[in-house]
Amino acid sequence: MEKSLKTLGYETVQRVRVGKYMEVFLDADSREKASDLVKEMSQRLLSNPVIEDFSYTLQEPEDGK
Amino acid sequence: MKFAILVFPGSNCDLDAYYLVKDVLKHEAYYVRYDQQDLDRCDALILPGGFSYGDYLRSGAIARFSPVMEAVQEFAEQGGLVFGICNGFQVLTEAGLLPGALYRNQSLQFRCRQVFLRVENGDTPYTGSAARGDVLKIPVAHGDGCYYAPPDVLKQMEENRQILLRYCDAKGEITEEANPNGSSDNIAGVCNKRGNVAGMMPHPERAGEAVLGSEDGLVIFESICHYMEQF
Repeated sequence: MEKSLKTLGYETVQRVRVGKYMEVFLDADSREKASDLVKEMSQRLLSNPVIEDFSYTLQEPEDGK
Repeated sequence: MKFAILVFPGSNCDLDAYYLVKDVLKHEAYYVRYDQQDLDRCDALILPGGFSYGDYLRSGAIARFSPVMEAVQEFAEQGGLVFGICNGFQVLTEAGLLPGALYRNQSLQFRCRQVFLRVENGDTPYTGSAARGDVLKIPVAHGDGCYYAPPDVLKQMEENRQILLRYCDAKGEITEEANPNGSSDNIAGVCNKRGNVAGMMPHPERAGEAVLGSEDGLVIFESICHYMEQF
């Protein structure tokens, strides 16, 4: 990918990496609880701690659903 | 001798394993589905190759939470022989029954060809009929076969003699060219500390008859049988 970008003329590209992006929708009583749950899910299933790191952000739906 | 062969949705080497055990080795073989609760008193358990759950998320990551895996964990804890081939190896690492993990091949390409493997430890239930230094010709067929374990874990594994097989050339030399996927230290197969759980990326069940190009895979299964006869 890095080579392809350079071939296309984007010579300033220094590094390209591919990762996984997931969206999890869930119900929780509080942001704290939601955070705990997402962290737990990430550790148990969504990532493999031997070879992967993860980070996450929380967002509340605008329409309240 | 009773071999149970696990079948996950997406397993595709289950029949190869079944055929080898039943028709080539003349032992008893039966399938255990991913949603079963028990293993029906098997002597040894095989987790076959394939693409369980379509390899979604990561190879083996979903299968590891199949209902049957609780019975597998229990069987392993009791000292039962649990042998993972290819995707089965990936499932066992995801389940934490074996150390390390399997990355995408360094080449990013699926590799399907015969490779040579050097036996690193001839004193396990899976390699007892071989000798250290023996060279086996066995095929690989995988996209996610790059074995990785953190340096401190690799060191411990080395000390505990948990490395069973390494990719080598026809003469048994461990070279970069002989490594089909970029695995750390050319590692092709490992076992747990106790030695009863093992996994390998190459397919010994596809190297069980001369017509297939090699019979070298038989030594792995013969080792398992000899071990079970003794204990």
